[in-house]
Amino acid sequence: MLTLITKVLDQIQALGQAALASLQAFGRAGVFLASSIMWGGPGSAGFGDLVKQIYSIGVRSLSIIIVAGFFVGMVLGLQGYTILSDFGSEAALGTMVSLTLLRELGPVVTALLFAGRAGSALTAEIGLMKATEQISAMEMMGVDPLKRIITPRLWGGFIAMPILGLIFSLVGIWGGAYVGINMLGVDEGAYWGNMQASVGFFDDVMKGVVKSLVFGLVVTWIAVYQGFDSMPTSEGISRATTKTVVIASLAVLGLDFILTAIMLGSI
Amino acid sequence: MRTRFMELSVGVFMMMGIVALILMALKVSGLSTADAGDKYTIKAYFENLGGLTERAKVSMSGVTIGRVTNVYLDAEDYVAVVEMEINKGMSTLTTDTSAAILTAGLLGEKYIGLTVGADDEYLEEGGVIEDTQSALVLEELIGQFLFSGAEE
Repeated sequence: MLTLITKVLDQIQALGQAALASLQAFGRAGVFLASSIMWGGPGSAGFGDLVKQIYSIGVRSLSIIIVAGFFVGMVLGLQGYTILSDFGSEAALGTMVSLTLLRELGPVVTALLFAGRAGSALTAEIGLMKATEQISAMEMMGVDPLKRIITPRLWGGFIAMPILGLIFSLVGIWGGAYVGINMLGVDEGAYWGNMQASVGFFDDVMKGVVKSLVFGLVVTWIAVYQGFDSMPTSEGISRATTKTVVIASLAVLGLDFILTAIMLGSI
Repeated sequence: MRTRFMELSVGVFMMMGIVALILMALKVSGLSTADAGDKYTIKAYFENLGGLTERAKVSMSGVTIGRVTNVYLDAEDYVAVVEMEINKGMSTLTTDTSAAILTAGLLGEKYIGLTVGADDEYLEEGGVIEDTQSALVLEELIGQFLFSGAEE
C-alpha cells in the first residue's frame, strides 16, 4: 500500500517537474528575446551583419520557396477547377486560388519551409558556436554574444520571412493561372477579373503579410533560442535542431489558428 | 568580390519583395491609385438595395464603366443612396439615364445596370439619376405571389 502511494506521489512530482521545467524554458526564452531584440551594446553587430543574415536566411531560401509556391499554386488550380466545375463556377478559380494562398497557404507553407530550411541551419550554426566555445570566447573579450550573434539573425528572419511569403503567394497565383488558363481553359479575363474584384489589398494581402511577420519572428526566435540553449555536444546539437523544426512547425500551425480567428473577427 | 555578390543579391531580394507587394496591390487585389482624376461621381436613390455593396460593378450594356464607392441610408427620406464613380471616358450619360440593381446569374453578386435615355444634357459631377429600379427581393416576390394566389 505504502509503495503504491509513493509511486503515485513520484508520478505527480514528475508532472510538476515537467511543468516547472517548461515554464522555466518559456521564461528563459522570453528574457532571451527581450535582451537580444534591440541593437546596440558592447561589440554589437553592424548593418553588414544584418545584410549577411538576410542573405543566408532569405536569399538562399528563394529557390525552394519559388519552386514550392509554383507547385502549390498549380495543384490548387487543378483541385479547385475540379471542385468548382461541379458547380459550374470555374470563373471563381482565380478568387479561390488567390485567397487560399494569400490568407493561409502562403504564410503557413512558407513558414514551415522556412523552419526546415533556415531555422534548422540557424540552430546548428549557433549550437556549433557554443560547442566550439566561440560564445565563451566572445564573453571573455567583453562582447555580448546576444547582441553580436542573435540580434542580426532575429532581424534577418523577421525581414526575410514576409518577403518570402509574398513571393510564394505571387508565384502560386501565377502557377494557378498557368494551369487554369493554359491547360484547363478557364477564361483569362474571368480568372484575373474575379480575383481583383474579391481580393482586398488591406483585407487579404496585408493580413497575410502580418501573419508572415509573426511567423518569421516566432520561427527565428525558436531557432536561435534552441541553438543558444543546446547542450554543447554533437548529440545536443542534433537534438536542438530536431526540436527547432518540431516546435517551430507546431507553433506556426497553432498560431495560424489564433491569428486567423482574430483576423476573421469571430473570437 | 564575395561581399559584393552577397550585398547585391540581398538588394535584389529586397526589391523582389517590394515588386511582389506592388504586383499584389495592382494585379491581384486590383487596387488602383492613379485614377483619381479620370473619374466622376454620381448618385442614385433606391428604395431597396437588396445586397448591393461597395466596389460592386456599374455597367452599361454588360460593359463595366465604374464602381460603387459608397452606400448609405438617407436619414430624412429613408431611401438608400448609392454613390458611384464613372470613368471619364463615359462622360456622355444623359440626365434621364435609368439605373437598375441587377444580379449576375441566379445566385451571383449584385451590380448596377445603367440604361441611357434620350435627353440632350449629360450628367456631371454630383449628378443624380432620377429613374431607378430597386433590387428584386425574392422573399417579397414570393409574398406577393402567395397573396395574389390567395385572393383568387
